[in-house]
Amino acid sequence: MKNYEIDVAIVGSGGAGLAAAIEVKKAGLGVLIIERDRELGGITLQCIHNGFGLHEFGEELTGPEYVQRFINEVKKLEIPYLLDTMVIEFTRDKVLYAVNNKEGLIKIQAKAIILAMGCRERTRGAINIPGFRPSGIYTAGQAQRFVNVEGYLPGKTYVILGSGDIGMIMARRLIFEGCQVKAVVEINPYASGLIRNQVQCLEDYNIPLILGYTVTKIHGRDRLQGVSIAKIDTNFDRVIGTERFIECDTLLLSVGLIPENELTLQAGASLSKNGGPVVDNNLETTIDGVFASGNVLQVHDLVDMVSAEAKRAGQNAIEYINTRHGKDVKRRNQINVVPGENVNYIKPDLVNRSDLSKEIIFTLRVKFPDRRVQIQLKDETGRTFYTKNKVYVIPSEMIELKINLEKSNVNPDCKKIQLDIMPRPEVLVEEEE
Amino acid sequence: MLYDIIIIGGGVVGCAIARHLSRFNLKIALLEKEADIAMGTTKANSGVVHAGYAAEREYIKRNLSIRGNKLYTQAWEELHFPFQRIGSFVIALEDQEIKDLEDLRKKGIQDGVPGLELILDKEKIRHMEPNLTNEIVGVLHAPTAGIVSPYELAFALAENAAMNGVQFFRNHEVIKIKHTEYEFTVNTVGRNEFKTRNLINAAGLYSSQISRMLGLDYFDIMPRKGEYIIFDRNAIHLNKILFPTPTKVSKGILVCPTMHGNTFVGPNAQNLNDPEDLSTSEAGLKEILEGGRRLVPNLPARSSIRNFAGLRAVPNTQDFIIDNTDVYGFINVGGILSPGLTSCFAIAEKVQEFLELLGVVLKVKENYNPHRPKPEIFKEFSKEELDQKIKEDPAWGRIICRCEYIPEKEILNAIRSPVGATTVDGVKFRCRPGMGRCQGGFCRPRVIEILARELKLPYEQITKRGEDTTYLIGRTKDMIQNEIEKGEKEE
Repeated sequence: MKNYEIDVAIVGSGGAGLAAAIEVKKAGLGVLIIERDRELGGITLQCIHNGFGLHEFGEELTGPEYVQRFINEVKKLEIPYLLDTMVIEFTRDKVLYAVNNKEGLIKIQAKAIILAMGCRERTRGAINIPGFRPSGIYTAGQAQRFVNVEGYLPGKTYVILGSGDIGMIMARRLIFEGCQVKAVVEINPYASGLIRNQVQCLEDYNIPLILGYTVTKIHGRDRLQGVSIAKIDTNFDRVIGTERFIECDTLLLSVGLIPENELTLQAGASLSKNGGPVVDNNLETTIDGVFASGNVLQVHDLVDMVSAEAKRAGQNAIEYINTRHGKDVKRRNQINVVPGENVNYIKPDLVNRSDLSKEIIFTLRVKFPDRRVQIQLKDETGRTFYTKNKVYVIPSEMIELKINLEKSNVNPDCKKIQLDIMPRPEVLVEEEE
Repeated sequence: MLYDIIIIGGGVVGCAIARHLSRFNLKIALLEKEADIAMGTTKANSGVVHAGYAAEREYIKRNLSIRGNKLYTQAWEELHFPFQRIGSFVIALEDQEIKDLEDLRKKGIQDGVPGLELILDKEKIRHMEPNLTNEIVGVLHAPTAGIVSPYELAFALAENAAMNGVQFFRNHEVIKIKHTEYEFTVNTVGRNEFKTRNLINAAGLYSSQISRMLGLDYFDIMPRKGEYIIFDRNAIHLNKILFPTPTKVSKGILVCPTMHGNTFVGPNAQNLNDPEDLSTSEAGLKEILEGGRRLVPNLPARSSIRNFAGLRAVPNTQDFIIDNTDVYGFINVGGILSPGLTSCFAIAEKVQEFLELLGVVLKVKENYNPHRPKPEIFKEFSKEELDQKIKEDPAWGRIICRCEYIPEKEILNAIRSPVGATTVDGVKFRCRPGMGRCQGGFCRPRVIEILARELKLPYEQITKRGEDTTYLIGRTKDMIQNEIEKGEKEE
């Protein structure tokens, strides 16, 4: 068995893992990246469309170009990495067991660990579409891999269920290949991906976006022959008489992403309702010295935001090693942060009372779109101590708030902070953002 | 070549017969219409080895299932398929159902079902199965009931039969049978012709059709659909097989663990005419969830990973049809619905009796080997073993399926084993890549790649489960290229 002892082990080498590794290495600490695929870069490698890098590099890049910049940096800094290596066990005392075909079983003892495993796609089974089980049904990301990486086409005529970003981007990609995309069918009355993708991938190519509908039956015993779609009412029940058949040989599913936290659970860290680990304002999970960033923590809109979050995780891991590692400094005094009205989830889940004077980054998503709203932070007594107006909120756009709680006059002894998104109170003079 | 015996149908019954007869000095072939064995009723059923108390006394299936249950122990030791006697509960939710349970218990004990016990102590019941509803009045506990992976059982049987000389022909749908005085001529798709002295019909849903090819139409098979939902391993964990109190029609919707740590709910029962209609329906999925929730209220509907349907081959006689027919040398093994999986080894014994009546000389081969090597499984290795295995063969260290931790080596073994996998479903049902929570999202491209390499086929010819179920239609740019070329020609 091969043994590694390292300051920081990073699980995953996508937009998060690479950015975190560079951050740690630059501070002079030892770092090891563990990647289960055959090359560095993660899922961004198959995202060959543009739109990456505007925040991070101030220019527009494709996915592979974006991650290549990080990969070049990793190589320049001579950061060690293991490819084709799967972590199979993760323990509370920060030992990782992994396997690959060159070294066999590998034991990695780290001082700190950064989780950067990303997310996976929801499947047909998860949404329980009835009907036959033919070939020709793919998650959008799987089709993306076949087309962009392997160089194969899954089919000729497509229906896409769900208007997630990957689904909309694949719709356009398939048009470029001479395929026909008959419709993108979305159960909600609004697109679930970014507006820019709705415009640039669907509207520009005259691909119909059918809102408020879902696929109710799969047809075809061998290869897919078509799908039935039907209108869905506000209780998510099918509206009788609205069912219609669309002929297609391929169905792509773009019905949501789930942070991939099997390892996190195995180590005994707690997860929150969004599927990501419970973290404090330093992105530290409920296990001391284990941090999470990127889509394993929460599904982001853009890889740029993933990298930014991962840098914070890297800095915090450095801080942990320099100040708390090996010492009996436990995080006890924490304030719970809970999602309130029209908030799907909020990160972090916990704020260390010792960090009240620092600027804290909160990230959240709403449950449903709204206009002219006010973001309100309250403590457990119901006292509002922070407000911010927003012109609109939609689930596809993550909201980021940088707040100094002390300056906002939070009660320093409060136990809980709740964030609500409320209709804006009527005022004479509007301060819009 | 003239075979001594041809078996039509590669479900668990056909494979059990093949494996049982493979001990004798006979030339045996098995014909299967699908691209792989175990792809019909065997692949989609509850996977329960019943204790044997449930079938009515007037039917042969009662004794065959009681005997069949006992035979599992030895078969499991020889063949190493996933099987465990976890015990079952039949659950009474109302006082008057206790009477039915007591009746089942009494008759079961009389007929030799071991260990049947009526438990009325709610504390004790909930201790044995904490997920049960509070509404329980009592349960009938059958400790010898077990769970089995039915398709892995069929693969194990086929492998062992093949090791002992049985020839398997997949993609060989029987289309015509001719009988002359001493032999049968069997024609299959692909214009293949087989000749045999004896013919065993284990064609499941198609057994009455096969029987009619020889002019015998004394029974009918009606497909009866059952739908299932399977849940993520992390969502719920059961200790016992949970049945409601049975009615005349059905054993009801059960909630049950699988050998791989998942839980499923199902099946309902819907009579059909079409033996290929494996579709699930919104109403059916709702029905089984509601049915399951009567026993286990916290069924995690949101953690479902797959729904599917299977078809039972229901005979109009209601009982198994196992007999020497009026056509000398032709044995029908039809209408094997529940508890057919339980009975498969006993059915094979029965077939031996009929062959003896036909005067077939059954002499045990000197080199018969009843043992099929235990499949090596990554997840079952200790760390030291794992390290050693990877050093011996690096394919153990390359994980293909991330959800179920399946290395390339297990996939290669599934493809290279006797009667090995040739399709993506064949790989999936043998060693589970794609069975987990991501349902193949990450591993399917890799499985297709490995199959293409091993079978020396292009990617486009790799299928889900045989002809017409391809995954990929061609290379990118091909369609555009074709259009351009077409345009140029027109110009």
